[in-house]
Amino acid sequence: MSGGNGGPAREAAPGGAPSAGGRIGSVLRVAAPPTLVAVLIILLWYGVTYLVLEPDRRFLLPPPHGVLQQGFLDREVLGEILGGLYQTTVVSVLGLAIAFAIGFSMALVMSQAKWIERSLYPWAVVSQTVPILALVPLLGFWFGFGLMSRVTVCVIISLFPIVINSLTGLHSVEPKLHDLLTLHNAGRWTRALKLQIPAARPLIFTGLRTSAGLSVIGAIVGDFFFGRGRPGIGILLDRYSRRLRSEELLAAVIVACLLGVAAFWIFGVIGRRAVGHWDPSWADERQKR
Amino acid sequence: MDPVISFTDVSKAFGETHALDRVRLTVGQGEFVALVGPSGCGKSTVLRLGSGLIQPSSGAIERSYGNIGYIFQEPTLMPWRTVEQNVRFLGELEGMSRRESRRRADEVLALVGLEEFDGHYPITLSGGMKMRTSIARSLLLDPDLFLFDEPFGALDQISRARLNEELTSLFADRRFGVLFVTHSVDEAVYLSSRLLVMSKRPGRIAAEFEIPYGFPRDPSIRYEPDFAVLAGEVAAALGKAS
Repeated sequence: MSGGNGGPAREAAPGGAPSAGGRIGSVLRVAAPPTLVAVLIILLWYGVTYLVLEPDRRFLLPPPHGVLQQGFLDREVLGEILGGLYQTTVVSVLGLAIAFAIGFSMALVMSQAKWIERSLYPWAVVSQTVPILALVPLLGFWFGFGLMSRVTVCVIISLFPIVINSLTGLHSVEPKLHDLLTLHNAGRWTRALKLQIPAARPLIFTGLRTSAGLSVIGAIVGDFFFGRGRPGIGILLDRYSRRLRSEELLAAVIVACLLGVAAFWIFGVIGRRAVGHWDPSWADERQKR
Repeated sequence: MDPVISFTDVSKAFGETHALDRVRLTVGQGEFVALVGPSGCGKSTVLRLGSGLIQPSSGAIERSYGNIGYIFQEPTLMPWRTVEQNVRFLGELEGMSRRESRRRADEVLALVGLEEFDGHYPITLSGGMKMRTSIARSLLLDPDLFLFDEPFGALDQISRARLNEELTSLFADRRFGVLFVTHSVDEAVYLSSRLLVMSKRPGRIAAEFEIPYGFPRDPSIRYEPDFAVLAGEVAAALGKAS
């Protein structure tokens, strides 16, 4: 992967100017609009708290500074939320890793023969349509009401995008490239390792990015049903809402959202790093303009 | 001149479609055979049969080449590999040592004029450069037979003329056997030592021309009266065949 950054496409890209002023300018262009939206949301939030809600109903939406004080600046609560964040992260990372191992292997096997694809595809679809709620008693029965079951929920939720994207990627190879390998008597393994898997990488990362977000959702949803063991964010959400501690509840909600965003963002960065220099759909945003 | 490949009464049907009808042709070592014909006449099928990618319905194909180079209509590069990595790919498949493949890659990249671009990814190259990379990839294995399937059709006129010239000088230097499919009469006459005209489906060899120019070939022959007369005859035969 050497010399990936030296291509003429990047040199010729407008907006990728190397001057410091240009870089600050482009950061501003990217960061300013969403920041503005955040400011508007906070203003709206204050408006609802103080202008819409009567004082005795204000606990429904405490003001932003209240959430900051009681949710983030209170040592004990912050510790509790960060502990939950850690637990939830562990569960979603485990779930995503297992989903990737299963999903990618499924896709690889499916890509090798039409009849295997036809046999497994419906089950991949079933994995997506299965109502988690219906499985709760069963999962609890099999894996207990703790970590194992939460991880399983993550796996079920995040499996499908990995299977479908990997499979599409493995099938995306130009037919003539297959001919080229046939001409040189390449076997199944060579074909998979040197042609199909490298070609599938952009879509594999697309699948991982989608599934990373889903895995976070799975971990939080799983908490609600399988609450034994150290609490994750979902358990805290449940606990705070039962006790009507709305400042803490909103703080936990914000942290959960940030975890989802981080999961999506991390795989975006990894994908751009890994294949952005040759795949147009993953190319640097600045390069596209 | 030993034939590197010869077709004896080769027919090919795809289901109900009769694609080729008793095709006879040979390509000798050091011979540049061009194949022109109306579109859909089975020219590409001839190449797929010649390479062994598909088998004839009847007739026999005799091959006596060691390595084959197959240049498709598209450059067919791996976008995730740099120019050099693409060129060395067939060496990997054929178990060539790293040192040998690096040395040979340098050599063939210089031959197609891409030595400065070895670290570039295909996405950053022009159409002509991609096609040169594709040719260099096949040259790595030093093939005795080159099959070309309308390789320059997608290029602009200037790149096409340049690649034509480069191909004739490469051929003059290496003297492999070539079977070159094209729908441009001008290109076929300019490049080849022998020219075959195929009829419309089911494809047969309808006419054959000896091209009297030697190699290396001077690009200016394109503008000589003899060349125009010859191209006119080929075009007439092509018109009759379609």
